[in-house]
Amino acid sequence: MAVTDAPEKGQSPQSSEATGSRGRIEPAAENFFTAAELSRRKFFGKALAAIGAAATAGAVTPSAAETARQAVQEGLEKNLPPNVPEWSKILGAPILAHPYGLPSPHEKNIVRRESPGLTRTPHSSVAFTPLQNLFGIITPSGLHFERHHAGTPEIDPHQHRLMINGLVKRPLLLTMEDVLRFPSVSRIHFIECGANSGMEWGNVAVPTVQYSHGMLSCSEWTGVPLSVLLQEAGYDAKRAKFILPEGSDGAGLTRTIPIELALDDVLVAYGQNGEMLRPENGYPLRLLVPGVQGVSSVKWLRRIEVGDQPWNTREESLHYVDLMPSGLHRQYTWIQEAKSVITSPSGGQRLLDKGYYEITGLAWSGRGKVKRVDVSTDGGRNWRTARLQEPVQTKALTRFRIDWRWDGSPALLQSRVMDETGYVQPKYNQLRAVRGEKSIYHNNSIQTWRVAESGEVSNVQVS
Amino acid sequence: MSRSPDGSPLERSQGRGSGLLCLCAALVLWLPSPSLAEEPKFGFGRLATPEEIAAWDTDVRPDGKGLPKGSGSVSFGQEVYDAKCASCHGTFGEDNQYMAIAGGVQPGDIDRGRASILATGQPLRTVGTKLNHVSTLWDYINRAMPFAQPKTLTPNEVYALTAYVLHLNDILPADATLDEKSILEVRMPNRNGFTTEHGFMSKAGKPDVKNAACMKDCVATVTIASELPESAQGMHGNLAEQVRSFAPTSGVKSGRAPAGASAAASPTSPGLDLAKKFACMACHGVDNKVVGPGFREIAARYKGSGGAEPQLLAKLKAGGAGVWGPVPMPPQAHVSEQDLKTILTWVLSGSPTR
Repeated sequence: MAVTDAPEKGQSPQSSEATGSRGRIEPAAENFFTAAELSRRKFFGKALAAIGAAATAGAVTPSAAETARQAVQEGLEKNLPPNVPEWSKILGAPILAHPYGLPSPHEKNIVRRESPGLTRTPHSSVAFTPLQNLFGIITPSGLHFERHHAGTPEIDPHQHRLMINGLVKRPLLLTMEDVLRFPSVSRIHFIECGANSGMEWGNVAVPTVQYSHGMLSCSEWTGVPLSVLLQEAGYDAKRAKFILPEGSDGAGLTRTIPIELALDDVLVAYGQNGEMLRPENGYPLRLLVPGVQGVSSVKWLRRIEVGDQPWNTREESLHYVDLMPSGLHRQYTWIQEAKSVITSPSGGQRLLDKGYYEITGLAWSGRGKVKRVDVSTDGGRNWRTARLQEPVQTKALTRFRIDWRWDGSPALLQSRVMDETGYVQPKYNQLRAVRGEKSIYHNNSIQTWRVAESGEVSNVQVS
Repeated sequence: MSRSPDGSPLERSQGRGSGLLCLCAALVLWLPSPSLAEEPKFGFGRLATPEEIAAWDTDVRPDGKGLPKGSGSVSFGQEVYDAKCASCHGTFGEDNQYMAIAGGVQPGDIDRGRASILATGQPLRTVGTKLNHVSTLWDYINRAMPFAQPKTLTPNEVYALTAYVLHLNDILPADATLDEKSILEVRMPNRNGFTTEHGFMSKAGKPDVKNAACMKDCVATVTIASELPESAQGMHGNLAEQVRSFAPTSGVKSGRAPAGASAAASPTSPGLDLAKKFACMACHGVDNKVVGPGFREIAARYKGSGGAEPQLLAKLKAGGAGVWGPVPMPPQAHVSEQDLKTILTWVLSGSPTR
């Protein structure tokens, strides 16, 4: 892709070369350090001169690449064997250097990001999870994607109340102490925004998996089954057809949820990955509706009303409705159908060398468990079945992995999930044939990453 | 176990002589039977009072349930709109900086109950073309608008704003007035534009798109149908700085400055933090005009004119219009004087972002 080959004006050619040059397969060692880090170590000039020489050669010239590696390593050798690293010869930081622990400063790239131009205000916007560098299935709480409709409120848990009203015998007002006294359960579930991948219905629009699939996260949630609270309030089992959860934020976000779903596996959650919810994820209380588009998992939950008709709220009539080619909108499209994506290698990355790679990614289904994930490296002509990380849990992310030996020729990587209902993740042309390109929501197409001869991976769509 | 219907704490109703009651409660836990399960199992919390419920339960359904008494005219709605809404939505509701609230309704749509523009290749999505029930408009204005001061409008103002927005969409005439009864007679242009005939409503729902789990020679040819457009390249910043610096793959360098890393990653100024907190940034960019002028444009205008501060502070509190154009800035009386001063000082100092 042209982006790397032609740095923009003002871009130092040196720094652009520091991460590699066209057509050259890079050895790993020199990539461990960014230009800035090299600079800090005062080896900048020497290392880059050598790398620049390698680049000028325009192809893989072992001697130039070797020189580059040597230059970097010379500077580092005081920390490399046979020397003893600096940090092994001094005292480290004492306990409580950070009473609440923080990631290593070297992890500064792994943060949530916004997609420029997607929304008009940061108070009703999205921050995407960096799926490209996460392991396993749990999203660290600080990296869980954000989607707010009127910003994140700062809520004092002592002044927070949950009201349950409507078609109930006993309208309840619960404090947080009350909520925490009920018997609780912990379960691992994903949350995916209904608009995840929505920017790509018509064409490729974003470069990396963070932006294409990052409105997706998975946590261990702890809370009270909603069914327990509805029974406690004495809901009217004959007349109750729907519930309406309501947020305590400025948007007062509301969504209609059918009573069958509400009584099934919905949680009134306060715990996320062992601690209280993060403010961005609903502190101190939220709804968690497994398998359903994220907007139903109402954050900052202050009220649940039981009723006998849907409410047709703003977030289920002006938004979160799927426009079909006929001009009709599909309404109350709750379920998130099965979907998968390869997170590594993925768009915006570059393979370091030929040889072995583990292709890995995530699969999930709003209808239950992932049954199988197949992976193609030739754009969907041929498929192999990937390994699934056990235990596979219902409506949770499932990590898949498969071995791959890259021979240096162009490849098209795809993954395709089948869930326990037998449903198979569709292709773009199949989705568009039914739903057109304007429906915004529920894009669960197979994703394609193109690996170029240079090792560069980019986002493409195939037909 | 009993609860006090007036909402007083549970313990008040658990006096002496409630031994029998406690025994019954214990039996509920031990011997759940259909009749006894009607009783609360845990007895946590208290009953919500009717006043509490009325204050929080403001939602309005399509059948009108939840609408309070009140009324408002199109002309009153215009007054409220110009003062509190036009700054974001545009004088005629046409501004799509936020969702456009007017436009796109075609002759014949109201009779048909379908917004015809939605079936075209350019489906203009506005309140007029998209919404099926007017109750939703009332409910949303009431609970969430104005964006930075939600839940501050009176019922009469909400009826008036609803009437005005409908007028902007050619659904109501200029002399119309809406109240809790007449609002139910409004015919929305897209009232027949929604369907629940799909497989997304339950786990057992039938999917509309099917693929097969073919394993070998599944497609004859594969062609690249789409890749990142030239115009979008670089838009998301330097991808090399968005991956771990040691991994089986490195990041691809793209030549622009990184965009939108989390604000927490870099120190910011108190003024910027407050400007974000109080939603100033909903209408003002640091450099550029969004709805109102960019902060640095303001700093440039008042540069060197000593004594502008008190005058601008008064403007922030009371709102104003005319200096930068006709779109008024709403009053910011809800922000403390101290915070307003911090923001103002920050703006006039050129809005340093860290």
